[in-house]
Amino acid sequence: MADPRTAEEVLLTGWGRTAPTPARLVAVHGPEDAAAVLAARTPRGVVARGLARSYNDAAQNAGGHVLDMTAADRVLDVDLAAGEVEVEAGISLDRLMNLFVPMGLFVPVTPGTRYVTVGGAVAADIHGKNHHVAGTFSEHVAWLDLLTADGEVRRVGPDRDPELFWATAGGMGLTGVILRARIRMKPVESSRIVVDTDRTPDLDSLMSLMAGTDHLYDYSVAWIDCVARGARMGRSVLTRGRFARRDELAPEQQADPLRYSGRVRLSAPGVFPPGLLNPATVAAFNEVWYRKSPRRKRDQLQTIGAFFHPLDGVGSWNRVYGPRGFVQYQFVVPDGREEAMRRALERISRSGHASFLAVLKRFGEGNPGMLSFPLPGWTLALDIPVVSGLAALLDELDELVVGAGGRVYLAKDPRVRPEVLEQMYPRLGAFRDVRRRVDPEGVFTSDLARRLSL
Amino acid sequence: MIDALGSVGSLLLVGGTSDIAVATAHRYLRERPLRVVVAARDTPRRSAVAEELRAAGGRVEVVDFDADDPGSPARAVAEAAAGGDIDVAVVAFGQLGDAEQLRTDAAAAAHLAQVNYVAAVAVGTELAGRMRTQGHGEIVALSSVAGERVRKANYVYGSTKAGMDAFYSGLGDSLAGSGVSVLVVRPGFVRSKMTEGMPDAPLATTPEAVAEAIVAGVRGGRHTIWVPGAMRWVMSGLRHTPRAIFRRLPF
Ligand SMILES: Cc1cc2nc3c(=O)[nH]c(=O)nc-3n(C[C@H](O)[C@H](O)[C@H](O)COP(=O)(O)OP(=O)(O)OC[C@H]3O[C@@H](n4cnc5c(N)ncnc54)[C@H](O)[C@@H]3O)c2cc1C
Repeated sequence: MADPRTAEEVLLTGWGRTAPTPARLVAVHGPEDAAAVLAARTPRGVVARGLARSYNDAAQNAGGHVLDMTAADRVLDVDLAAGEVEVEAGISLDRLMNLFVPMGLFVPVTPGTRYVTVGGAVAADIHGKNHHVAGTFSEHVAWLDLLTADGEVRRVGPDRDPELFWATAGGMGLTGVILRARIRMKPVESSRIVVDTDRTPDLDSLMSLMAGTDHLYDYSVAWIDCVARGARMGRSVLTRGRFARRDELAPEQQADPLRYSGRVRLSAPGVFPPGLLNPATVAAFNEVWYRKSPRRKRDQLQTIGAFFHPLDGVGSWNRVYGPRGFVQYQFVVPDGREEAMRRALERISRSGHASFLAVLKRFGEGNPGMLSFPLPGWTLALDIPVVSGLAALLDELDELVVGAGGRVYLAKDPRVRPEVLEQMYPRLGAFRDVRRRVDPEGVFTSDLARRLSL
Repeated sequence: MIDALGSVGSLLLVGGTSDIAVATAHRYLRERPLRVVVAARDTPRRSAVAEELRAAGGRVEVVDFDADDPGSPARAVAEAAAGGDIDVAVVAFGQLGDAEQLRTDAAAAAHLAQVNYVAAVAVGTELAGRMRTQGHGEIVALSSVAGERVRKANYVYGSTKAGMDAFYSGLGDSLAGSGVSVLVVRPGFVRSKMTEGMPDAPLATTPEAVAEAIVAGVRGGRHTIWVPGAMRWVMSGLRHTPRAIFRRLPF
C-alpha cells in the first residue's frame, strides 16, 4: 500500500460533479490498509469512498484522507442453502449479480444503478423499487464489521450493538469504515422480471393506482413527466413487476433460466441529446418517451438490466448536464400528505427548470436507522442542471417538504440548510450521541458532515 | 463548505467593520443563516456591527484584528479558524489617507503602505495557508480601480492597492487546483464612510452593489470583477491611455 502520508492529493466530486475538493485518496485492499490510514490521519480526518455514485459530497473530505474501498471486493463465504453471502465492503452490486444470479440469488435491494458498493449501500441505507415490501438494503444485513476510530473492528448488527448498527446504516460513513458484511440475498427462479406497464394521464390517477395496487407487486416505480403542466401535470408511466418463475419463461429460456449478462441494450428513445439540454429538448424528450410507452401492457418479460438499471447502458450520462454539474433533488412526504407532493410537483413544473423524467416511488415502513431516509409515504427524485436561481427554488421546496413532515435524501443532497436538515431528521441527536461514543474526536468526517454539521 | 449551489456556511470579515464587509454579510444572511466572524479592532463600531449581524440571523463571533500590529494577521486567522472551517474570507480593511498629507509626510505614506499592502499580504498568506490545509475556501480581496492605473490625485493610495491587487491575483494563480480560490474585486468610487464628504466620481457605486457583485462572483467562480461592471472597460481604456494625456486628465 502507498504511504498514506504522501499519497497524492486528487480533486474528488460525487456523481453530480459539483463542488470538487482535494483529498489524499488511498486504495484500501483490506483491514490493515484502512487501519494504517487511520493511524496516519491528519486533523482533517478520514472518510470511506465506494463507487462515488452518491450525487453529492458524501464521499469527499477536503484536505484529509479518503479511503478508496473498491479494491477490497472479495467474496469471503457463501451459504447457498441459507441464501447468505459474506463479502468485503468494496464489492459492487454489479459483481454480486454476475456471481450470484446464475446461482439463483439476487441482491435484496438494488438502486437505479448497479455500480454501487455494499459499503455505500449500507452507509446510505439505500432503497430500491421494492421498498414497499422489502425495506432498505441494511434490513438484509445480518451483521457487518466496522473499523472504528479507536482502531478496533466491531461486529455489529440488528442484534449486536443495535445502536451502532443503526447509526452506521444510513450514517454516511461517519461511524467508521465498513469492512465486511453478511447479506441475506433474495432467491429467484429466473433472471427475468414479469412486468406490467400502465400509462396514467396525471398525478392523481397515478397515486391512486399505486396506493391501490402496489402491494400486488414486488417492484414498482413510476416515471413522471415534470415538464408537462396543467391537466397533464404528473402524467407518467408506471412499471411494476416480480421475478418470473421458471415455468413462465419462453421454452428456449427455460433451459437456462438464470442466464445473466450485465449488459443492457438501450431502449430509451433517442438516448440523450448531449449539449442540447434545455427546457425545449427536455420537453420533447419527455413527450416522445411518454407517447412511446404502452398505455397498458401485461406480463412482459424483461431482463434485470432493462428493468432495474436502464441508465447503466448510457456510460457517463452525468456529463450531459455540462460543466456546472447537476443536482438531484429527492424528497419523501409521509402518507396522508399527498397534497404536498402535488404542490411540490406544481412548483417544479412551473419553475421551468429542465429535468428529465423524474421518478416517483411509494415507500413502506421505515427502520430504526437514525439517518435512514425512507418513511412510509411517497418519494420523488429528479435531476436538475445547476442554473442560477436554483438555490432559492430548492430552499422553497424544502420548506414545503418539512412542513409536511418529510425530508431530503443525504446520499443526494448537496445544498440543504443545516438547520432545516435538523428538522427533517429528528433522530439526528441520537446519531450524534453514538458518534460521540465511538468517535469522540470526530476522526471520521466528510465534506457532507462539515457542510451540515452532522 | 460552499455548497453545490454556491451557498456559504461561514464567512470571515477581515476589517469587519468596513461598509462593504458588513453589506456582504447582510447579502449572504438574506439567503440563509450562517456563521460570521468579524475581525476588527475592539471598538464600539465592532460591537454595533456584531449586534446588527446577529439581529440579521448570523451566528456572530468577534476576533481582534489590527493592521498596524505585525502579529495580528496570524492570530486573527487562527482564532477565526478555531471555530470551524472558513468558507469565504473577505479582506476588506484599508485606508484612503489624506492625499495632500501623503505627498510630503513619509511616515504617513509608509503607514498607509503598511495597512493597505503589508498587512494585506500577511493576511492573504495566513488565509491561504489555512484554507490550503482545509482543502477549500474562497478569499475575496477588496482591491480598487485606483490601483489599476495609478492617478496623480491619490498615487500613494493607488500604489498600495496596485500592490495588494497584484499580490492577490498572483496568490489566486498559485492556488489553482488546491480547492482554494481568490476573487479580486475592483470597485470604482464607493459611497461609504471611507469616502464620506468626497464628491461623487463617475460610475460611483454603493457597498450594497459591491456586496451583490461579490456574492455573484463567488457563485460564478470568477477571479476578477469590477463594480460596476462597466468600470472594466473604462479602466481598460485608461490603462492604455498614453502617459502624456493621462497626466493631464482632471483627476
Ligand atoms: C443512476 C443512479 C441511481 C441511483 N438510484 C438510487 C436508488 O434507486 N435508491 C437509492 O437509495 N440510491 C440510489 N442512488 C444513490 C446510490 O445508491 C447511493 O449514493 C450509494 O451510497 C452509492 O454507493 P457508492 O458505493 O457509490 O458509495 P459512495 O457514493 O462512494 O459513498 C456514499 C457514502 O457511503 C459511504 N461509504 C462508502 N463505502 C463505505 C464503507 N466501506 N464504509 C463506510 N462508509 C462507506 C461514503 O463515506 C459516503 O458517505 C443512485 C445513484 C445513481 C448514480
